[in-house]
Amino acid sequence: MMAECVEEEETSVYVTGCEAAARAVIIAKPSVVAAYPITPQTEIVEKLSLFIGEGRHDCQFIAVESEHSALSACIGAASCGARTFTATSSHGLLYMAEMLYWAAIARLPIVMANANRALASGWNIWADHIDSLSQRDAGWIQFYTSTVQEVYDTILIAFRVAENEGVMLPVMVNLDGFLLTHINQPLRLVDETLYQEEFLDEINVPHALNLDSPHTLGTLISPSDNYRVQHDRKLGMERAKDVIKEAERDFLRLFGREYHPVMEYRSDDAEVLLLGMGTLAKEAEDAVDMMRFRGIKAGLLRLRQIRPFPDDEIIDAISRSPAEKLVIIDRDYSPGSGGILSQEVKTRLYDAGIVKEIVNVIAGVGGQDVSAEDMMEMVELERGEHWWGI
Amino acid sequence: MKVKMAISYPTVGASGRTGDWRVFRPVINQKLCIHCYNCYVFCPEGTISPELGVDYEYCKGCGICANECPSKAIRMVKEE
Repeated sequence: MMAECVEEEETSVYVTGCEAAARAVIIAKPSVVAAYPITPQTEIVEKLSLFIGEGRHDCQFIAVESEHSALSACIGAASCGARTFTATSSHGLLYMAEMLYWAAIARLPIVMANANRALASGWNIWADHIDSLSQRDAGWIQFYTSTVQEVYDTILIAFRVAENEGVMLPVMVNLDGFLLTHINQPLRLVDETLYQEEFLDEINVPHALNLDSPHTLGTLISPSDNYRVQHDRKLGMERAKDVIKEAERDFLRLFGREYHPVMEYRSDDAEVLLLGMGTLAKEAEDAVDMMRFRGIKAGLLRLRQIRPFPDDEIIDAISRSPAEKLVIIDRDYSPGSGGILSQEVKTRLYDAGIVKEIVNVIAGVGGQDVSAEDMMEMVELERGEHWWGI
Repeated sequence: MKVKMAISYPTVGASGRTGDWRVFRPVINQKLCIHCYNCYVFCPEGTISPELGVDYEYCKGCGICANECPSKAIRMVKEE
């Protein structure tokens, strides 16, 4: 008897964060992808080029000569109302810096993946959040991811958030260099038809260039109007808070995976709270479990977005927990000031009138290896700033 | 909902009477004109009409029309 061979559609694969990002982009069907390769983001560009070359999706792939041009090409396409995507990292992101602001003030819903990597001098290609955090005031929505699955899901969510008519802002999805870009993890794929029909609408940029009503975008704007434009960008960012939560709710309903602006892990009865972003904050789940096993009531808050900052969610999570001590892990540093995430959290605590013992640990910068065991030692530290390993 | 951003729609003379800036004025010799419409196409300010007349109210006198004219039908004449 012959076995019948039935080709089943694959629903789960084992891929890197880069490939997961590229797969998500193809499902969202952008019209234009413009990108320049840079370690550790290169595979995103390679895979997109491959998928588009194979005809999986009909799309204009523009191989540009620099990151400045990559984002400029996306700005041009998005100004015409096209769905666009680009990807970069580290020095590439900073080379885009001028155009990052342009894209946000021009209210263009571009989606970008940024592989978090340290900045030279002393070339370092490993994970560090300073590249994206140095651009946090540009007006881009910024997500930070912790698993290959989350990279994929967040890019799928990002297009919907960016293109919301009340938001109309570019979105940066950050994934830690090497720790996510080059690590294979199991990835559950979404039902593409369901995504395209139920989750993501057709793109509509109301101010896009069109021949029926000719106009110019981003022309000279006088002091009597410029502040209005900047204020409107702020309103878009504020509206994004609810739009993100709504998109995350719909994503859960349709695809069964749950995301929140602040991911809480065993924090409700915690006596000490770890707080961080990206892969470090995922590793911290192991640290929390091990501490609990040893009788220390630890908990964890992992921020999935720093812009818009989830003020209400972070205050709510900290207020509900009995913890008096917060250990904020920064994979970044602002010389002359301190850890950036730590400052962001402290600002909200002050506004809410909450006083906690804050330990700020600078750890994992430039790809420094930080283990769950290390984090168990961090909770023993006293108030103030500490550089891990020094 | 429409977002607020820097958008400008084309209008006549949005920057004022830019003809005041002119030092040299283009003068078209209709006898030499071969109706190629190069001046009409190349004028950056849209001040040359399809009938090949110049709107001196807004012509800045850049001279691109004279430069592009293949039959040398446009002369740039110093303003008095």
